[in-house]
Amino acid sequence: MLAEVGHFSLIIALSVALLQATLPLWGAHRNYTLWMAVARPAALVQFLFVVLAFVSLIALFLQNDFTVSYVAMQSNSHLPYWYKISAVWGGHEGSLLLWVLILAGWSAAVAVFSSTLPLDAVSRILAVMGWISIGFLLFILLTSNPFDRLLPNFPLDGNDLNPLLQDVGLIIHPPTLYMGYVGFSVVFAFSIAGLLSGQLDSAWARWSRPWTLIAWCFLTVGIALGSWWAYYELGWGGWWFWDPVENASVMPWLSGTALLHALSVTEKRKVFKAWTVMLAIITFSLSLLGTFLVRSGVLTSVHAFANDPERGLFILGFLAIVVGGSLTLFAFRASLFQVQGRYQLLSRETLLMLGNLLLMVATFAVLLGTLFPLISDALNFGKLSVGPPYFNLVFTPLAFAALLLMGAAPFIQWKKQEISSLIFSLRWQALLAVVLGIAVPWLYFDRIYWQVVLATGFSVWLAISMLKDLKNKTCHGTHFFAGLAALSRSYKGMILAHSGIAVLVIGACYTSFYSTEMNVRLQTNDSVTINEFRYVWLGVKTRQEQNYIATVGQVDVYRGDSLFARLYPEKRVYTVRQNVMTEAAIDGSLMRDLYVAMGDSFDDGAWALRISHKPFVRWVWLGALISALGGGLALTDRRFRLQRAASSAAAEGGAPGLKVNA
Amino acid sequence: MPILLSVLKIGFIVVLLSIKALTAEAAIDVYDFNTPEQEKRFQTLTEELRCPKCQNQTLADSNADISKDLKARIYTLMSEGKSDEEITDYLVERYGDFVRYRPPVNPLTLLLWFGPLVLFLSTAFILLWRLRRMTKTPPEDTPTDATRLHDVIRQYSDHTPQ
Amino acid sequence: MNQKKTWLYLLPLLVFVVLGALLLNSLGKDPQLLPSAKIGKSLPNFKLPVLGEEGSFISAEQLKGQVFMLNVWATWCPSCRIEHPVLNQLAAEGVIIYGLNYKDTPDDALNYLQTLGNPYKKVISDTRGDLGLDLGVYGAPETYLVDANGIIIYRHVGVVTQENWLSTLKPLLEQSRHTGTDERGKK
Repeated sequence: MLAEVGHFSLIIALSVALLQATLPLWGAHRNYTLWMAVARPAALVQFLFVVLAFVSLIALFLQNDFTVSYVAMQSNSHLPYWYKISAVWGGHEGSLLLWVLILAGWSAAVAVFSSTLPLDAVSRILAVMGWISIGFLLFILLTSNPFDRLLPNFPLDGNDLNPLLQDVGLIIHPPTLYMGYVGFSVVFAFSIAGLLSGQLDSAWARWSRPWTLIAWCFLTVGIALGSWWAYYELGWGGWWFWDPVENASVMPWLSGTALLHALSVTEKRKVFKAWTVMLAIITFSLSLLGTFLVRSGVLTSVHAFANDPERGLFILGFLAIVVGGSLTLFAFRASLFQVQGRYQLLSRETLLMLGNLLLMVATFAVLLGTLFPLISDALNFGKLSVGPPYFNLVFTPLAFAALLLMGAAPFIQWKKQEISSLIFSLRWQALLAVVLGIAVPWLYFDRIYWQVVLATGFSVWLAISMLKDLKNKTCHGTHFFAGLAALSRSYKGMILAHSGIAVLVIGACYTSFYSTEMNVRLQTNDSVTINEFRYVWLGVKTRQEQNYIATVGQVDVYRGDSLFARLYPEKRVYTVRQNVMTEAAIDGSLMRDLYVAMGDSFDDGAWALRISHKPFVRWVWLGALISALGGGLALTDRRFRLQRAASSAAAEGGAPGLKVNA
Repeated sequence: MPILLSVLKIGFIVVLLSIKALTAEAAIDVYDFNTPEQEKRFQTLTEELRCPKCQNQTLADSNADISKDLKARIYTLMSEGKSDEEITDYLVERYGDFVRYRPPVNPLTLLLWFGPLVLFLSTAFILLWRLRRMTKTPPEDTPTDATRLHDVIRQYSDHTPQ
Repeated sequence: MNQKKTWLYLLPLLVFVVLGALLLNSLGKDPQLLPSAKIGKSLPNFKLPVLGEEGSFISAEQLKGQVFMLNVWATWCPSCRIEHPVLNQLAAEGVIIYGLNYKDTPDDALNYLQTLGNPYKKVISDTRGDLGLDLGVYGAPETYLVDANGIIIYRHVGVVTQENWLSTLKPLLEQSRHTGTDERGKK
């Protein structure tokens, strides 16, 4: 009964979405207020029914209803209840439902928080989002229905959730990631609405920014969580592999970062309009492309869902309509875009333009590398693989260049900057960057690499530039902290966000070059030494859990003569699927991680162990979190709240729309 | 028809149950090396080579039988004194370029290796050159009072939503 | 100026169309399927024991002079059991099939053949998988088509069925028989 309720709710949601997508759009075109007024309630009702469907699915999992095919595939009666809930989005069908839920959620949010927007704008925006909902709901109902039944012959117990997914990572990573991916649909809808109405002014940019920023923050956290999860769960100690699915999430992030900066410039300086609109389209298109890559089976990945070319065809068709349609609209509305502001060759506008270019070239590089195997095969050049050696080589200089630009930005004025005064501002920064870039790794480690020198140097460059800029901005009379408090949150958010990137780069670079890893074979009481730590292997014990049996090893770690840490790596056999899983034991701290994983046992009772010493690896995720926090801080800037208050008063008065062309 | 569907679905589940699903087994093969540099070399080699059969894993991280065999072969070749290039060529000869995570540099992959750089340089050049040309020509409209007033009105209307 | 602008603004759409075409082309293809790197090259040199013949060895040279199929199989491979009846049938029709018993135990292999029938002219016992590695074998079953000069002309990954025998394997074997002479020297 519940499955039918869920199924039916989706059908109703689809019908409502149809109304949401058509009536307001036509209403905005012909100025029918009644039709436009359908938009907000439709979005809310659609959200309601999608929630109902989602809750039904959760209930089916909690009730162990194995007559439903999806539940039988993903769950098991012995699964702990929190995993039963998160198993809902552990497979293809359920994760799509999560996508639709989050999309409906964002639409509802736009419906609720758009009181300052004119009705025709809201109508168009919600209509566009409605079209996307239609696409995904159709996809679910026609090809990937989580509510399909298995009657009359159904299993007594389910197939169990993949043990890799029986982890807290599954509970938070997909929802956070999807909040980001799907969140970019809002700025996409804003852009399409703007192209349709012809109103693409500073107000448009200002309204789009908070929505884009929230999505960006979620995506940043989502990607960081995924990396962190892979690190401790997969047992090989890596945190990024440039796997196609990972790349699918990083491309919208890179593009979204460019979009954020472009929106800021468009709002402030009225330039880059066409570029910003195109970026909004591209960013969401990359989200959709990611959905395609992960579910169509064209690329091999450990993270991919069950692969089905028929489903892939549907998504590709959907992509053609959405992306093709929006890019066509973009091309035909080219006349909307006329350059308004002017700026010199050396100016902050140019700097931001170069920064955007860097980010988009990085996006291109990741896309090219990910799709190149397909290109090679399509041109009959055989199969080849593109992996970390390529991506790291291409990405690293781009990251350094980004740090370079970030560190120069505060000293380059809008419109025009004198080169002599710029060099003057930057001289100490440059000098310290060079000196510390070499000195810090040299003193901290016994060997240096030019990539590490560059990473350190550029990070120092950025750090000093921020300190100097802060000093300049707070030195007017009062106390430093008072000055600090007076600075806008938007600015402080930017400082944090940029710092986060530098922290990330340092972490990535240092851990890549200074990690030590050893595969050893140890008998009980044997030990091995890496750097200043001595690892003593003390054999295994067995432990029974709810749905697995664990072989638990013990490693005592000594630093000098004192016991530093006790680590318990595990090998688990999950009873239903008979999978064997490695659970690494990690002693983590800010400056280094100690990582121990068990391999197989030998006939003589010895065990194979992988022991790694990873300096600075936590800086990677810390940096990402700091960046996301910076974004969050910028969101709370008074400007957004004040603007809402002032504008809602003006909107009440109903000033006639001035069609400002570009 | 519904019965057929159910039978197919059960069959699918049965097949699923019998397939050994994704595992996170750390592939820890222990080899003895003379020097830590040798061990590091082996590590780098196996990290840049792909398991021919897994779902996107390096030889270093894969527990598949074929990976174990290939690692053993690499170890043997290393002890015979072969260079990294020779070892890579050995494997490419047997398994194709697919096993290299660092794609070769040939006429096809030129696009891959140099594409991003060329794109960046050419686009940056074009943009900066156009910008330079635009700023060199004097502005078409020198601001007059009327234009300034117009600008102020526009500014105001920009700050109030329509 | 406006014409140039429209062109520029159409560029993203064009890029997308190319991308879409690429993705459409890639749908349905198996990204895991590896083409053999050994096509057009000769069978690697080897000298391995013959299964079931104590003290007897076989080498690549001995296999020259005939067009044959080399079937990689093992008792631990479930799909091999599925294709075995088909191989029996082909052998009965006169197709020359050599077996490569890959990373297996000779006793198990002999039992297997006794129970399920032996379509192989001879079986190469590759217990360590060395010949398999030299051939670029990455799983079982795989079937190689080799011509009279010992050149590998095709590799089939997966089970041999009547369908793919009739549509792919048989035509290639016949073609090789007819063109017969020197493929050597050609890469």
